[in-house]
Amino acid sequence: MGDTLIKVEGLSKKFCRNLKKSMWYGMQDIGSELLGRRHGADGVLRPDEFWAIRDISFELKRGECLGLIGHNGAGKTTLLRMLNGLIRPDLGRIEMHGRVGALIALGAGFNPILTGRENIYVNAAVLGMSKHHVDSKLDEIIDFAEIRDFIDAPVQTYSSGMNVRLGFAIAAVLIEPDILFLDEVLAVGDVSFAIKCLNAVRKMTNKSAVVFVSHNMQQISRFCTRVMVMNHGSVLLDSPNTADGIDQYYGLIQHKCVTSGNGGAEILDVELLVNNRDAGSQEPTLPHGAELGVRIRLRINNGRSGANMNVNIVDAAMNQIVTMPMYNSEGQLNLFPPGVLEVRVPVGVIELASGKYSITIGVVDSDTKAVLTRVQGLSPFRIISDQVHWGMVVRHVVPQNVEILTSP
Amino acid sequence: MNEPRITIYTPDSLIINPLRMVREMLRDLIASRELAWRLTVRDISAQYRQTFLGFFWAIILPLANTLVWIFLSRSGVVNVSDTILPYPVYVFTGTMLWAILMDALNAPLQMISASKSMLAKINFPREALIVAGIYQTMVNAMIKVALLLAALLAMGIYPDWNVLLFPIGLFSLILAGTVIGLALAPVGLLYADVGKAIPLLMQFLMYLTPVVFAMPKEGLPATVFQLNPLTPLILTARDWLTGLVPEYLGYFVVVNVVAFVLLLVFWVVFRLAMPILIERMGS
Repeated sequence: MGDTLIKVEGLSKKFCRNLKKSMWYGMQDIGSELLGRRHGADGVLRPDEFWAIRDISFELKRGECLGLIGHNGAGKTTLLRMLNGLIRPDLGRIEMHGRVGALIALGAGFNPILTGRENIYVNAAVLGMSKHHVDSKLDEIIDFAEIRDFIDAPVQTYSSGMNVRLGFAIAAVLIEPDILFLDEVLAVGDVSFAIKCLNAVRKMTNKSAVVFVSHNMQQISRFCTRVMVMNHGSVLLDSPNTADGIDQYYGLIQHKCVTSGNGGAEILDVELLVNNRDAGSQEPTLPHGAELGVRIRLRINNGRSGANMNVNIVDAAMNQIVTMPMYNSEGQLNLFPPGVLEVRVPVGVIELASGKYSITIGVVDSDTKAVLTRVQGLSPFRIISDQVHWGMVVRHVVPQNVEILTSP
Repeated sequence: MNEPRITIYTPDSLIINPLRMVREMLRDLIASRELAWRLTVRDISAQYRQTFLGFFWAIILPLANTLVWIFLSRSGVVNVSDTILPYPVYVFTGTMLWAILMDALNAPLQMISASKSMLAKINFPREALIVAGIYQTMVNAMIKVALLLAALLAMGIYPDWNVLLFPIGLFSLILAGTVIGLALAPVGLLYADVGKAIPLLMQFLMYLTPVVFAMPKEGLPATVFQLNPLTPLILTARDWLTGLVPEYLGYFVVVNVVAFVLLLVFWVVFRLAMPILIERMGS
């Protein structure tokens, strides 16, 4: 335990934007490879090329799990493909000790015409497993995938869930790697299967060095002992403090301000109030449990009818987490009169999971229900928390009257 | 477990360390046997499970080709010079053998293209695809040969002991096809032009090989036919099958030796090119 299994030094990789040129560079690279020259024009950018990965170095020991986070196109998958030996580096060096396994492309090589059983053997062979090894694990695979009744039916009759379950089961049961790569694979199947997957992966991760790519920050914080935040092919942060890394990642997420509607209303200004004080800065960070308020200044100019309004809190994936329709004290939708108004919305105690959020405001004509304006991506803010919990809303509760019925 | 395996990736060309490269080539070839066999079983059973006519598809194309040429020569549209064998036998054996060559030639590009998504995501010995292609060609060739033998007997051609040498002729056709296919595969994966040009060029090449035409006796055509390295392969295989004495045995041996050397060369090219191609193919 504790031996260094992955050593990456100054790793770089370039890609080409132009397809025709890319094909031509490919031919050149094959030529220079055959002549014994270094790969990829010796680290010089040719026209239309850019660095997809730039100067990345890290080491990973057994028992460590490195979470790679970043936007789409930040270079996570490219890095993983280089580590997996699928594509060659243009600069730098990768050294790996031990057996390499990957939970990527589950169910690769499946042929839809063949039965599940036949496909287990094909897929296992792709993963480099002998028939003998598969024979001894066949029942375990079938049970893990929970498809015993369908194992002799053609895979094309499977639901997509059964397909990924089988794919995952084959890999998870068969491989025993020293180095494990995971790329967004834990989002398979329903909840009960996902939990099974997580447990299976955790068992593997204890014994190996793991590189884990995911957009799911909850998974990252659960699994990883270290995170690396990537942006435009470079490492922004490599830290054993996963919360730091995740916060940095949220900092990269841009909540774009998008306005739609017929122009019958206009949002002039939005301010966040944290614990009744102006949050002020560009992108405030709120501790879990803070009291949030929103001050909105807007103009409504749809003639005589007036408008209804609601305010929403939206997460980084643009899911509407909280919606706050505005009512009057009689329990009817509040009517806002035309003119320039200032409205203060008491959102209340924030019990959201850690992450990045922004405000969406919708203003609707009270008669016709036409959307006067809808603005999303306003006043982005971050929620931080020492602990990571699954769930959109996190409410800390104190259990009452704990009674010990029997002592062990 | 034995000695922990160390894997190193650098931008350096793999060819500057030939000893290591050859070791890895052999290691991967051995490692790919099981996978190649699985892929073969997968593809062949899938191929025939989804068809009504099944194995008949392996022979339908050369059969149709034969009928066309018999019709053309009978009706006098095309004037084919005399052959020692009855013309239907000549044309049928020729097109069957040619079809085997074409199968072998198409296999590498076909296998790699069909496995693109797998190649882009999983690291497995790439040799397995080539080996699986050869296996599939062989299985399909068996079917063709079985039918061919049955047809020969039906047409009154009785092979002699030389038919035992015919497998050598068969292997050399598959060898030659594989070499050409393997040579074209790296370029063919980048440029779709290659895949489109192959049927055209091979059709043309067929007319320069004694497949449907007899060997011309004189002039430029005779020289071209004689120089064509595919000529001795087709002729020798056909002679062994039909109980004739092969005329071009010397050239046949030369072509096979050269093809074998080229196979090793293009194997190296294929190995070195694969990561570059996978990068350019995208996932």
